[in-house]
Amino acid sequence: MTTATPPVKEPKNYLNAEHGLRSWLLTQDHKRIAILYLIAVSAFFVVGGLMAVLIRLELATPAGDLMDSNTYNKVFTMHGVIMIFFFLIPSIPAILGNFLLPLMIGAKDLAFPRINLISWYVYMLGGTFGVIVLLSGGVDTGWTFYTPFSSSYSNGYVVLTALAAFINGFSSILTGLNFIVTVHRMRAPGLTWFRLPLFVWAHYSTSVIMILGTPVIAVTLFLLMLERGLHIGFFDPAYGGDPVLFQHLFWFYSHPAVYIMILPSMGVISEVISTFSSKKPFGYTFIAFSSVAIAVFGFLVWGHHLYVSSQSAYAGMVFSILSYIVAIPSAIKVFNWAATMYKGSVRLEAPMLYAIGFIGLFTVGGLTGLFLAAMGLDVHLTDTYFVIAHFHYVMVGGAIMGYQAGIHFWWPKIVGRMYPRAWATVAAILTFVGFNLTFFPQFILGYLGMPRRYHVYPPEFQVFNVLSSAGASVLGLGYLIPAIYLIWSIKNGEPAGANPWGATGLEWQTSSPPPTENFEVTPVVTTEAYDYTALTLTTQEVTHVG
Amino acid sequence: MAAHEEHHVVPKSVYFAVFTALIVLTWVTAWISTKDLGSSSLNVAVALSIAVFKASLVVLFFMHVKYGTKLTKMIVGIGIVWLLMLLFIVMIDFWTRTWMGVAGR
Ligand SMILES: [Cu+2]
Repeated sequence: MTTATPPVKEPKNYLNAEHGLRSWLLTQDHKRIAILYLIAVSAFFVVGGLMAVLIRLELATPAGDLMDSNTYNKVFTMHGVIMIFFFLIPSIPAILGNFLLPLMIGAKDLAFPRINLISWYVYMLGGTFGVIVLLSGGVDTGWTFYTPFSSSYSNGYVVLTALAAFINGFSSILTGLNFIVTVHRMRAPGLTWFRLPLFVWAHYSTSVIMILGTPVIAVTLFLLMLERGLHIGFFDPAYGGDPVLFQHLFWFYSHPAVYIMILPSMGVISEVISTFSSKKPFGYTFIAFSSVAIAVFGFLVWGHHLYVSSQSAYAGMVFSILSYIVAIPSAIKVFNWAATMYKGSVRLEAPMLYAIGFIGLFTVGGLTGLFLAAMGLDVHLTDTYFVIAHFHYVMVGGAIMGYQAGIHFWWPKIVGRMYPRAWATVAAILTFVGFNLTFFPQFILGYLGMPRRYHVYPPEFQVFNVLSSAGASVLGLGYLIPAIYLIWSIKNGEPAGANPWGATGLEWQTSSPPPTENFEVTPVVTTEAYDYTALTLTTQEVTHVG
Repeated sequence: MAAHEEHHVVPKSVYFAVFTALIVLTWVTAWISTKDLGSSSLNVAVALSIAVFKASLVVLFFMHVKYGTKLTKMIVGIGIVWLLMLLFIVMIDFWTRTWMGVAGR
């Protein structure tokens, strides 16, 4: 393309195999589809992020001075809808999972390459509806679409927004289906289930949730559309429905959806912690099965969102106990990661910094979740900033930190070049500091009684809100800097080599970026995952070849 | 792995028979909704039974699950179990709401 650079002949890889827009838009290569997702998902992250900027600007003062209440309602709704349905749910599975799953199991591609491409187009179609809503005036129900507000009283584009989320759901069903079949049918010779990397176990469990949960939210949103459009009674008492039924159906998907966001992140963390400690993960089978346990038991706890609705207190007790139980597999993972680092040779590279940040922030997020699972305390904390802080610790401090750890870990594999590591360290630290400054004050605000979803608040809450807004600007910088150096590194980074981190895993045994068919020869697996003794041999072989 | 996958050819007459049954049952559903069976829950029960039967026909014949492998049947089974779990746990709420003797509880 450029004439300035000396003609160094790059080996054929998936990036230079074909050129032109058409070769990208019609590709069936899982690696290229992952890149398509990366671009689209990042764009939605920017839009959702701008909404967050507006929220934090508005909340810097106690008065409603930047926008009126209606606009504020629309801004936080679009922030939630975009960040959850169009960023967090697809982020790790559709980008990193798509790219890595076939590589990790030594396959040429996913089981259904065409369905994989279709899933991206479905995502884009849902996204288009989302953008139409945004441009034509937005929606004000909150991302939870609670009835009867959403079905009868809201003036926003509820049906269009629900349709956007509805369509988008099919994209994640297709991805989940593809992953499950791939893991069952496409593993390389010798790669038994208990030799699979933990990233694969996490994605397998996530796929199970995607397939079993997503249809329920799709049907629920469809019923909502029917009720709003045709006044068929499901949820609105005026038509003979029950509004709490909506909350049941909504959270049957939306609680497990939290695990769609966090499980892939946990998969990333298991890989990163093991690699940068040069140690086999402590308790491999425990980590693997805890993913499956989270996927299954995560479906039985949704009622902890309904304590202050008219849900039966007896049902509440059952949900409360089950919510405490589901914390156990998450805790198992945290302890196992800590035990993996113990006496390992820990290297504090950027991915590891993000991973360590994840462990701390996810632990805070998880433990404050137990506060909210307690029926009595929840009455005080429901719909306050405590809830906001809790789920941002899980979703931003957990899921996004894991996503960043993964992007920094596998970026050299994806583009074949290394980013400036010093800048990456700076960004990781800024993100951690900015994140805590943004969201920790919100725990205090919530405990003191500041409700969520209001833009006017008593003046005594201002100091915490200013802290939070200040933190958000630091956090924003923590996201901006990687965006710059990662894009910069595509052309200008040092060539990374096949295995820059000294990691195990089949994806590191092929060149960076990998060839279109992933491996020159189908690998045969003879050892367990994370065998760092076998690794020294392999890297030597690779350097000899290179 | 895919060695013993068979392609079962279903005679067209089976499809037409299932289609006819679905049409007839739709008509029955509409007709019975105009009749008072004594209690509204009985009406609902009858309507739901017909719907479940129709859905089974679609899954078994149109979606070929009847001729599918054990794995296919297991996957369908898991889906049904999951649906029952959703319905049952939601019903725990509805059944026990009035136990407290407080309005709305
Ligand atoms: Cu929940």
